[in-house]
Amino acid sequence: MSLLHKGRWLTLVGLALLAGVYMRALAFTPVERLQGPAQKIYYLHVPAAIWAEMAMVLVGLASVFYLFLKDPRLDRFAAASAEVGTVFAAIVLTTGPLWGKPIWGTWWTWDARLTSTLLLFFLYIGYLLLRDAVRDPALGARYAAVLGICGMFLVPFIHLSVYLFRTLHPQPIVLKPSAPSLPGSMLETWLFSLGVFTLLYVGFVSQRYALSLLREHEDHA
Amino acid sequence: MLELLRQAWTVARKDLLLEFRTRTAIVSAVVFTALVLTVFNFGRDPTAVSVIDLGPTILWVTFTFAAMLALNRAFQLELENQALEGLLVSPVSRTSLYWGKLLANLAFVAVVESVGLPLFVLFFNVPVGRVLLPLVGVIALATLGFVAVGTLFSALVIRTRFAELLLVVLLLPFLVPPLIAAVQVTARLLGGRPLSEAVGYLKLLAAYDIVFVSLASLLFRFTVDE
Repeated sequence: MSLLHKGRWLTLVGLALLAGVYMRALAFTPVERLQGPAQKIYYLHVPAAIWAEMAMVLVGLASVFYLFLKDPRLDRFAAASAEVGTVFAAIVLTTGPLWGKPIWGTWWTWDARLTSTLLLFFLYIGYLLLRDAVRDPALGARYAAVLGICGMFLVPFIHLSVYLFRTLHPQPIVLKPSAPSLPGSMLETWLFSLGVFTLLYVGFVSQRYALSLLREHEDHA
Repeated sequence: MLELLRQAWTVARKDLLLEFRTRTAIVSAVVFTALVLTVFNFGRDPTAVSVIDLGPTILWVTFTFAAMLALNRAFQLELENQALEGLLVSPVSRTSLYWGKLLANLAFVAVVESVGLPLFVLFFNVPVGRVLLPLVGVIALATLGFVAVGTLFSALVIRTRFAELLLVVLLLPFLVPPLIAAVQVTARLLGGRPLSEAVGYLKLLAAYDIVFVSLASLLFRFTVDE
């Protein structure tokens, strides 16, 4: 089975399980006492946010190794990861306001976390634009790697500014130094969703990787 | 190390000499700064918004725009007559080349800022007398950070299409962390608050400078080699 097919199957399984996440979140997980049904978006929003950031870190790591090893597979992976990261960042930026309107009373606020996610999104857009703007593929890969590494180092700074700013955004309740302060059933739904998003990330990236491989063959032929 | 700095100085001196002889870019950048400050003056209602509330933003948006003008020309001028190729075959190490460009850019931006700051004080009647020294320190700290990233990126985009536009798009996300910190510290200073309130932001600025100056020095050679 080719990578393209594997990726397609993974994505299909991921999407089917995503429907399962909806089912579980809506029907089998208790409604949060203060936020009501709006809190359900949490099960999509946070896993997408985690993978949006992870994707950038993976772009950065692949870029570091690309600059030393010059292995085109690393560059293809970085490009794929950046595209998928862009999509996940877009998911975060659309699900966030859906929750913000009923809870905060506004779609958007210049809060540190929102701003930093928006910046991450712009970083991805810039990265993809740079890839497009260079004609020579080898040169483009090298330039993209330089930007990818800088992007990876920017992520912690974005995070630091989150802790310096006063923020409206809920503080992390699972990924924090102390134990998760989430009731068991909610935590299970969330972890299930995180697993599904991981599967979707792998599925999307392998499809995208396979596509760029096909495109390269096409260009050579 | 000394050799590295000496070579960097040679590159910087070449750029600055070129700049000094033509003066077009520096004069344009200074006039641009004055114009942006003028435009900001019409963008606020002085009876409704006090200058302390808007001052830091005005100052930093102006400086950011002016810096981007400077950064765009840093490698653009090396494209003429394939001057960049000449630089690359000269016995100057890549790191020295980067540091030289960084020094020249810093000097360029510093000139623009040293005209921009008095104009800002004059136009908006901001009392800076007591905090001048720390304010200059913050400006230096933030400028070093974003000029370091900007110098790297200006080398990154020269061989791309729409280089000027792309530089701005790539650079702005990287400018935001130092910009946020600089605006916050400036606001504390102009508001007469003690500097100790802004220690977190100063640390952020210092960390940003250290990380990105080192990173850019390491990555620069990957941007210029063919």
